[in-house]
Amino acid sequence: MKKLLVAVAGLTAIFAGPAFAQKYPTKPITMIVPFAAGGPTDIVARIVAEPMSRSLGQQIVVENVAGAGGTTGITRGAGGTPDGYTIMMGHMGTHGAAPALYPNLRYNPTADFAPIGVAAGTPIIIVGSKKLPADDLKGFIAWAKKQGDKANHAHAGVGSVSHSTGILLNSILGTKPTFIPYTGTGPALNDMLSGQVDYMTDQIVNLVGQINAGTVKAFAIATPKRSPALPNLPTTKEAGLDGYEVSAWNAVFAPKGTPQAIVDRLSDALSKALDDANARKRLDDLGAVIPEGAERGSAALQKLVVSEVARWTPVLKDAMAAQKK
Amino acid sequence: MDIFSNLAMGFGVAFTLQNIFLCFLGCMIGTLVGVLPGVGPVATIAMLLPITFGLDPTGALIMLAGIYYGAQYGGSTTAILVNIPGEATAVVTVLDGHQMAKQGRAGVALGISAIGSFFAGCVATLFIAAMGAPLTKFAQLFGPAEYFSLMVMGLVFSTVLARGSILKALLMVFLGLLLATVGTDLETGQERVTLGIQQLSDGIDFAPLAMGIFGFAEIIRNLEEPEARDVVRGKIGKLLPSLAEIRQSFPSILRGTAIGGILGILPGNGAVLGPFASYAVEKKIAKDPSRFGKGAIEGVAGPESANNAGAQTAFIPLLTLGIPPNAVMALMVGAMTIHGIIPGPQVMTKNPELFWGMIASMWIGNAMLVIINLPLVGMWVKLLKVPYRLMFPAILIFCAIGIYSINNSVEDVYFTAFFALVGYIMIKLGYEPAPMLLGFVLGKLMEEKLRQALILSRGSFTTFVERPVSGTLLAVALIMLVIAFLPAMNKKREQAFQE
Repeated sequence: MKKLLVAVAGLTAIFAGPAFAQKYPTKPITMIVPFAAGGPTDIVARIVAEPMSRSLGQQIVVENVAGAGGTTGITRGAGGTPDGYTIMMGHMGTHGAAPALYPNLRYNPTADFAPIGVAAGTPIIIVGSKKLPADDLKGFIAWAKKQGDKANHAHAGVGSVSHSTGILLNSILGTKPTFIPYTGTGPALNDMLSGQVDYMTDQIVNLVGQINAGTVKAFAIATPKRSPALPNLPTTKEAGLDGYEVSAWNAVFAPKGTPQAIVDRLSDALSKALDDANARKRLDDLGAVIPEGAERGSAALQKLVVSEVARWTPVLKDAMAAQKK
Repeated sequence: MDIFSNLAMGFGVAFTLQNIFLCFLGCMIGTLVGVLPGVGPVATIAMLLPITFGLDPTGALIMLAGIYYGAQYGGSTTAILVNIPGEATAVVTVLDGHQMAKQGRAGVALGISAIGSFFAGCVATLFIAAMGAPLTKFAQLFGPAEYFSLMVMGLVFSTVLARGSILKALLMVFLGLLLATVGTDLETGQERVTLGIQQLSDGIDFAPLAMGIFGFAEIIRNLEEPEARDVVRGKIGKLLPSLAEIRQSFPSILRGTAIGGILGILPGNGAVLGPFASYAVEKKIAKDPSRFGKGAIEGVAGPESANNAGAQTAFIPLLTLGIPPNAVMALMVGAMTIHGIIPGPQVMTKNPELFWGMIASMWIGNAMLVIINLPLVGMWVKLLKVPYRLMFPAILIFCAIGIYSINNSVEDVYFTAFFALVGYIMIKLGYEPAPMLLGFVLGKLMEEKLRQALILSRGSFTTFVERPVSGTLLAVALIMLVIAFLPAMNKKREQAFQE
């Protein structure tokens, strides 16, 4: 017993010293997921958190802090203590589209974080109601152009992935459909199944079940390569649409000021998690794209955030300004 | 018959030792979190999700489903005993259930709610098994316009929720509708009446509002009237309903089951309407409506059955379409996805053992809940004997923990405290909180569906009348309103309230 006490005292002394980072982590880590439990980002977070916990030797506890398109949770995470015990799962919306959508955003995606690495990309798919006359992307584009504002374009709410990617699609096609806002993919899909709305863009996770069952028409997947989850679905490029390649990526961030050694440790744990056979299988089943090689790690994520903010800001600002008129 | 062989397969899956145990565990946890005010099934399922990683998907989902309907059971206990509705579906149970408890009939109220729920659960399980697939077609008839009209009908029901003046009830409904407009505008993303508070950008949460206005406010009011203690601490009364009481409430249970079951199928959380609709129906057809709000057993039996039937049939859109109708079901979608089952219309054909196993487990779960709950009635009722100086702080602490756990947000706890003050003032001025909560719950959906319907029709209001289902619902609402406002009826109503 006495020996144990001495050991504990010794360990405490070590933690207090500069060797802290090597002993990290000594207690459970909180991962803030800025969306409700059960959604695509939450699923990715839970899939990677499990093997990450194993390689770090400490439990990663997922804490869902939903609200305002994910910015509520990320705002809280950005203000967390930068000691490696608060990390967060950001995504395309919170670290790409948010600056354009939320003028009072309380964080800067490119400057207020210590990026850890991309966890997974979930491809975007263009789907339409079975009632649409078109059967492929070319037919769909022709139809959308002819319809003008008679076309009903559904999205899952302002600030959602389906909203941003939908705006981008319309701006590339030059179409001006009528936007029908919903409060989530579920209700939007429901009205698409009954043919009340015509089409939408959303993450593969939300759509793959409906596409396989043939209840909606899938036109194209907005990735450079086809997805193993839907091998028959052509990419946007194959189907004749250039420039529409989008992915709702999910990535792990720590607050700015987190010691480099801890960031590296987390980055390494994430990379190991992405090599875990079980996690890979789960992500593959979802149709998610796992980053490989140079796509992993802090530097790659920082580059991605910078390019995403630059990409989304003009498109979304234009669209929001047009709506206010 | 296909359904029998399928059900047999389902029971084969559900009756394995492991799955029975998981079902029991889920029901047990569900009952507990349901009883604890504030700790809802959403937070619990989210917390327990990682634990299910090691299980096979069917077992995991059986356990999570058990938590969900177990919480529905447990929630009524809190509503009846301490006047706190943990979920929107328990709001009406408070009205007569808590009155019964005050009269020393808490055991009867708990008993009839368990019996009603069990009956409703059994019927709903059979209903899902036999009609699940064809019923999704019915659900698809409900577009935005139909939803809006359904909600209008729901609001008309609210006028009968009031115990006092109909004018005050209407005012409260409108207050509820107004509160529902707080938050981000659906179409433009602009923030409305959020006063710059970030937590309000997604609107006011149901739980802080309901707990503040019902539970906390009631506690404040009790504190100022020391004599009220004796009423609740008085005799416990019998524990189980008598044969006569069961006979009296049986028709209500039947009606409640039918109403709740049908509304539960609608994707988009139609289930919240079930208990309200059932209460309205019971009060309308009762020989003496004045008993309602004063401890009428039908006012507990009907809505409780509706609540449980809706909770079961809410699985239909999830299992047959892969579309979650509410937050708990969205979580179930997540659980399925994590376990490698992609929700969608193919679950039934691709994973029949999961589909039928879950349906069978629902029946087993309902039986277990009665077995867990009926012996506990005595224990719950004894809780009422706990002196207020111990009970009130305990309730406040559990509520605060529960509210915090919903969004992991301290601000939500502050909101609850604020609404407690509002609720106290409302009680003092004689305004009923129930119609306000109904207005609030329906308000969000109503605005959303109204705007979607109008955008789809490019601004033409005739869409609500032209579409047959929508038109019919509006006609029913109109007829009910006329009946409520007919001068003769109105006079009788006021007489009844003056007694």
